[in-house]
Amino acid sequence: MSPNTRMIAKPSESRIAWLFLSPGLALFFLFVLIPVVAAFYLSFCRYDIIHSPSWIGAQNYARIWKDLANHGVFYLSLRNTAQYAVATIPIGMVLALALALLVNAGLRGVTLYRTTYYLPVVTSLVAVSLVWMWLYDPNYGLLNYGLELVSRGLSLLTGRQVLLPPQTWLADPGQAMLAIAVMSIWKGLGYNMVIYLAGLQGIPEHLYEAAVIDGATPWQRFRAITWPLLKPTTAFILVVSVIGASQVFGQVYVMTNGGPNNATTVIVHQIFQNAFSFMKMGYASAMAFVLFGLIFLLSLINLRLLRGGQVDYV
Amino acid sequence: MTKINRRGAETPRGMGFKTRNGRGTPASNSDSFSASPRLRGKAVLREIPLHLLLALGAVTMILPFLWMLSTSLKPESQIFRFPPVWIPGNWEWRNYRAAMEAAPFGRYFLNTAIFATAATISNLLFCSMAAYAFARLRFRGRDVLFILVLGTMMIPGQVTMVPVFIMLKHWPLAGGNDLLGAGGHGLLNSFTGLVLPGAVGAFGIFLLRQFFMTLPRELEDAARIDGCSEAGIYWRIILPLSRPALATLGIFTFTAAWNEFLWPLLIMSKDSMKTLQVGLQVFQTQYVTRWDLLMAGTVVVTIPVLIIFLAGQRYFTKGIALSGIKG
Repeated sequence: MSPNTRMIAKPSESRIAWLFLSPGLALFFLFVLIPVVAAFYLSFCRYDIIHSPSWIGAQNYARIWKDLANHGVFYLSLRNTAQYAVATIPIGMVLALALALLVNAGLRGVTLYRTTYYLPVVTSLVAVSLVWMWLYDPNYGLLNYGLELVSRGLSLLTGRQVLLPPQTWLADPGQAMLAIAVMSIWKGLGYNMVIYLAGLQGIPEHLYEAAVIDGATPWQRFRAITWPLLKPTTAFILVVSVIGASQVFGQVYVMTNGGPNNATTVIVHQIFQNAFSFMKMGYASAMAFVLFGLIFLLSLINLRLLRGGQVDYV
Repeated sequence: MTKINRRGAETPRGMGFKTRNGRGTPASNSDSFSASPRLRGKAVLREIPLHLLLALGAVTMILPFLWMLSTSLKPESQIFRFPPVWIPGNWEWRNYRAAMEAAPFGRYFLNTAIFATAATISNLLFCSMAAYAFARLRFRGRDVLFILVLGTMMIPGQVTMVPVFIMLKHWPLAGGNDLLGAGGHGLLNSFTGLVLPGAVGAFGIFLLRQFFMTLPRELEDAARIDGCSEAGIYWRIILPLSRPALATLGIFTFTAAWNEFLWPLLIMSKDSMKTLQVGLQVFQTQYVTRWDLLMAGTVVVTIPVLIIFLAGQRYFTKGIALSGIKG
């Protein structure tokens, strides 16, 4: 800071600062701080919004524990959320990195590709969920038509009758979660790609030039330069993806509403249902804190895992 | 996360608002697969498989959108046809009118526009005010407070959802409530209730603070010597200089609000107050098999955001790049 500024800094500077901060801080206080404390209190209460909350100690948490032990609905929602995360995150990240490398390879017309990949990201979740429900339609959907085309093509190629039977997709308890995951990978790909692109552009060019002079193959260049220097980017995408997957809700609510037979119910869907359909606001708050703890823990683990082996060539 | 330094001591790396080639396209110089210059001739041939891969991806991305458009223009008889028809026999523009008449989409559209505009204005104002204090003013506990504000980003919205809902329902002297917040519906089914809980955001404050810190101090020092107030500096110097950052945050907030689903679903239960996303979802539950009307409604919901995206594309990618680098 220049001495000049210090000299003319008015004594009321901090008062002005608090004035500038006051609307924002008031909103945070009212809609984040108080609600967090209130939610924690409610998680120890029975509360149906009509009668005032009554303290029941840790019963809500005990109920969650019992549900987990007996493989109840909340257990299912945890399992489904985990399934969703495992199905979306690794594939989504690998595809995003591959696309980012391709887009970054200096070809002509990449702007058009990048725009196209980003379209699903800006489109609303409700809209894309509806479109994909139609794609997944068991009788008239485009995907089953695709399966038919592939079987016909394979039959022609092999000279034998190959039949990929039409699927029921979202109506099949064994496939529904996977179907939602595929749609979600499609929707989120552009976002991760753009972050990877930003990371790629932060890698100094001279490293690649030096590697080429040393005769490194493209794969060696990727292993020794791109991948290690992208580690912070990968860490960021992983943390954000895990948080996002733990909170998956919109596509589930629109496409299956947790069905068939609870095969796609997820944590936030359970919180939503318990709070606003069954009016069990205390139980829902306890679930929300379990989710909070889970996200916190997973983020810590992710950051710890990816902190090791940080490379800096610059 | 950026280190919090003393005032002005930090120039964030890779803010990236100034693009290298002006159009926000990725610079091709950091090509991780690039061939050495003398291989240029072969490079053109080598590009073809890469283009094929990229095009395959692009088709996968665009196909559902084309299918949506195609279905929205089909007569009902062609919807349930297997194998499916891509180009409708005659284009059924009536589907759009039928969809608009089946549900008050005009009203939903207006509600969504009001919501998104109010959310954008309030976020730009409140975030920039707070960011100005964090970036340019000195006061005790500033850095601790900034970390606390950033810390709120870790709290999932589902934790605060229930108490905020209850708080809005029992808002004193609103929506027929008495002084103790009983008797009416409070701020439920009101734009205030929809906008207020998200009227400021930690990410917005963070983004703008980082940008403000890169601005040169000479202008405001000169203005201070001329007797300009802090409010004047914020309004007449900092904000005009920060148009790119404000545009990024504005576009982000607008599209996020436009696409928001869970919160409007909770707050706006009255049909005349629903937003497009909620309206579309309810429409779906009522017209389960009318895919022509459903897709027409989906097109209407989707088009405005796509236009905003195509017009302000560089602000999107810059904002995202920023959030990524800073992580």
